[in-house]
Amino acid sequence: MGQASTELYEKIKAAATEKITALKQKPVVLVGMATCGKAAGAEKVREAFKKEIESHGLEAQVIDVGCMGHCYAEPLAIIAKPGHTPLCYGYVDEELAKRLVIDFLVNDDPCYEFAMVALETNDVFPTFSDFPRGVYEQKMILEHCGFIDPEDIDHYIDKDGYAALAKILTLEPEEVLEEVKSANLRGRGGAGFPAGTKWEACRKQKEPVKYVICNGDEGDPGAFMDRSILESNPHQVIEGLIISAYAIGATEGYFYIRAEYPQAIRTIRTALEQAREKGFLGKSILGSDFDFEIKVFQGSGAFVCGEGSALVSSMEGKMGIPRPRPPRLTTSGFRGKPTVVNNVKTFCYVPLIMKNGADWFKSTGTPGSPGTAVFTLVGKITNSGLVEVPMGTTLRQLIYDVGEGIPDEKEFKAVQIGGPSGGCLPESALDVPIDFDSLEEAGAMMGSGGLVVLNEDDCMVGIARYFLEFVQKESCGKCTFCRLGTKHMLEILNDITQGKEKDLASLDLLRELAEDIKAGSLCNLGKTAPNPVLTTLRYFWDEYIVHITEGRCPALMCKDLIVYYIAPELCSKLCNVCVGSCPTEAIYTREDGLKAIDQEKCVKCDNCLKTCPPQYNAVIKLSPPEMLKEKEGGSAK
Amino acid sequence: MQQLLEGEKELIIEKVGEILGKHGSDRENLIPILQEVQDSLGYLPGLSMEIIAEAMDIPSVDVFGLTTFYNQFRLNPPGKHQIKICMGTACYMVGGRIALESFERHLKIGEGETTSDRKYSLETVACVGCCAIAPVVVVNEDIEGKVTPTRVDGLMLAFEADEQEEEQKEAEENEEKGD
Repeated sequence: MGQASTELYEKIKAAATEKITALKQKPVVLVGMATCGKAAGAEKVREAFKKEIESHGLEAQVIDVGCMGHCYAEPLAIIAKPGHTPLCYGYVDEELAKRLVIDFLVNDDPCYEFAMVALETNDVFPTFSDFPRGVYEQKMILEHCGFIDPEDIDHYIDKDGYAALAKILTLEPEEVLEEVKSANLRGRGGAGFPAGTKWEACRKQKEPVKYVICNGDEGDPGAFMDRSILESNPHQVIEGLIISAYAIGATEGYFYIRAEYPQAIRTIRTALEQAREKGFLGKSILGSDFDFEIKVFQGSGAFVCGEGSALVSSMEGKMGIPRPRPPRLTTSGFRGKPTVVNNVKTFCYVPLIMKNGADWFKSTGTPGSPGTAVFTLVGKITNSGLVEVPMGTTLRQLIYDVGEGIPDEKEFKAVQIGGPSGGCLPESALDVPIDFDSLEEAGAMMGSGGLVVLNEDDCMVGIARYFLEFVQKESCGKCTFCRLGTKHMLEILNDITQGKEKDLASLDLLRELAEDIKAGSLCNLGKTAPNPVLTTLRYFWDEYIVHITEGRCPALMCKDLIVYYIAPELCSKLCNVCVGSCPTEAIYTREDGLKAIDQEKCVKCDNCLKTCPPQYNAVIKLSPPEMLKEKEGGSAK
Repeated sequence: MQQLLEGEKELIIEKVGEILGKHGSDRENLIPILQEVQDSLGYLPGLSMEIIAEAMDIPSVDVFGLTTFYNQFRLNPPGKHQIKICMGTACYMVGGRIALESFERHLKIGEGETTSDRKYSLETVACVGCCAIAPVVVVNEDIEGKVTPTRVDGLMLAFEADEQEEEQKEAEENEEKGD
């Protein structure tokens, strides 16, 4: 029986390869249509390609693909024309799309001046590996994202997709489990718990009904890798889920995806349908005696539901409130049955490990944290997007080489890693290697992989306040310390950022509260909630002091501690841009022609500062607000 | 809670009944049912929660507790134009709050509210995952990147122009009917 699955798979694979090979005979245009691409206007670009191709009567296909990670250059398009190296173009608009069709598809000129990168090694144009980013980046689970059609299973099968499933069906479940354990695959949801250990604990349970759940409730603000993977390569996650179910002995699987990701939910639903048609899901998968079904559960927007027991409780139709453990979920989870909950990325590695072996997996990364780490690079960074680097890469390499540093010649200040549970690390911590244990030592945490770069314009007290406000709102309310403690901390931080707090003792109280919340909370939301405050207190103590003693925000970000002011020596008199830009008509022209701001009316929206022409740059921010008197007094003389 | 419009009560009873008929009264179906009711009505009127509680034989406070626990559920009717402002880290850092305040000034409503003519509603969302083009505002289904107060002015003007055009069309149609 065992061999039947591989034979059956070979047939499916051959059909898929034939289809894809036929597709490649004609020119193909791939347009990045994940949520990030659409946001940048990819839909219009796709229509422009289609229209132009049609008007020239060309035989070329336009295919929607997911996100390849270079979000800064969206909308992105890849053109593969037989006889040419496939080229990727960034910042594509409708005009460029038209031009590419005429020049490249009709006239054979690849328009190198607009190309960003070539996808295959050639003599003319650089490939990804020729850029600094390509040197550090090593794609495992993102390899096919953005290059295959997520809505067509054959694209995935053509890349050897589901081969691992066919292979493991010839093995015993214990053998699969051993391989994952030996690979030391650690959960990518943030905590880094070894997946193999979790699976084994679940497998050992005598209860015949077991569940396996893919946690796609990616709630960290500033993190979107799970969304991107679900939208760009859904079958890889599905294959991982099926393999884990085989190893655990689970009968039913679920995708828990947050409501804010409608496209990811649609893509997964379509993918499940197609997997079922091909016989990778359902009764006797690939002719074996293994049955498995996957359903989709749509989350309803509660950050705490990323926590395993809260997630399960939410699936049971209750409020997502975590419960004390033991018993662990692997003993009593969904509907009281043994349940494994793993992150999207964790499942993604599983088919790769089963296909290439545990040793292949361990050859990348560090001994304690093998494999790669997937990050979203956002904030004040030149190349924002999705990156995958081996564990052990330093933050400095990630920010300066992969992300190409801080734009606008600004100073780096800190990097916020791990979302609301993580921390802010300063310049001095940039040489910390990225792995589960090193980051925790530095006071931050791997988290799900959101990485927000902050520059000199960002106030660290303000950032700590922002994250605390987030967790305070999302605290489910079960534990007193988390519910009330975060509230109290938030009030102190509000007072500091509004200039109302004049007593330095409040900082000690902040620390004390933070320790109490850590000790008195049941789940990781509470246990990690004070991290952003603690790390900023540790690394940016001076900023807190200045806020309290001088009422000054050094980054000029805290609204209540700044005023906008038009410097008379810089203002041109003749230009009226600021007056027009002000939404509240706070800017007026003085008798002497200079512009001035009526502080009563000013809402501090930053518009005048942005619109003041660069040759004047006359609008400036002052902190503390008392400086205004000094300035105005001076100019009156 | 806002007043029900004319005929809205009948609509609620009909739609909720339909959806309840499709799903069983199993507690596990409660969230999917609420999601579907919201999809169909645009929000969860108090009446709909009472009907669901009764059908599932659970106290209505359980349903109400659930809908207030989860951010996705809306207890106010959505505006014809739904404006969602992203408050993710990246957006917040570069002026998400400024965009929110601009809309609040224009519409004279706060976050989570709907204008009394039900034309506009204003919400914040945690992160829509488009951090590369922050600050982001989602207007109906379209994502607007790099939103400044000036852009907010532009968006509002465009809405008003659309409204006027529609009104004009309606008036013309009515005239034609009148002829």
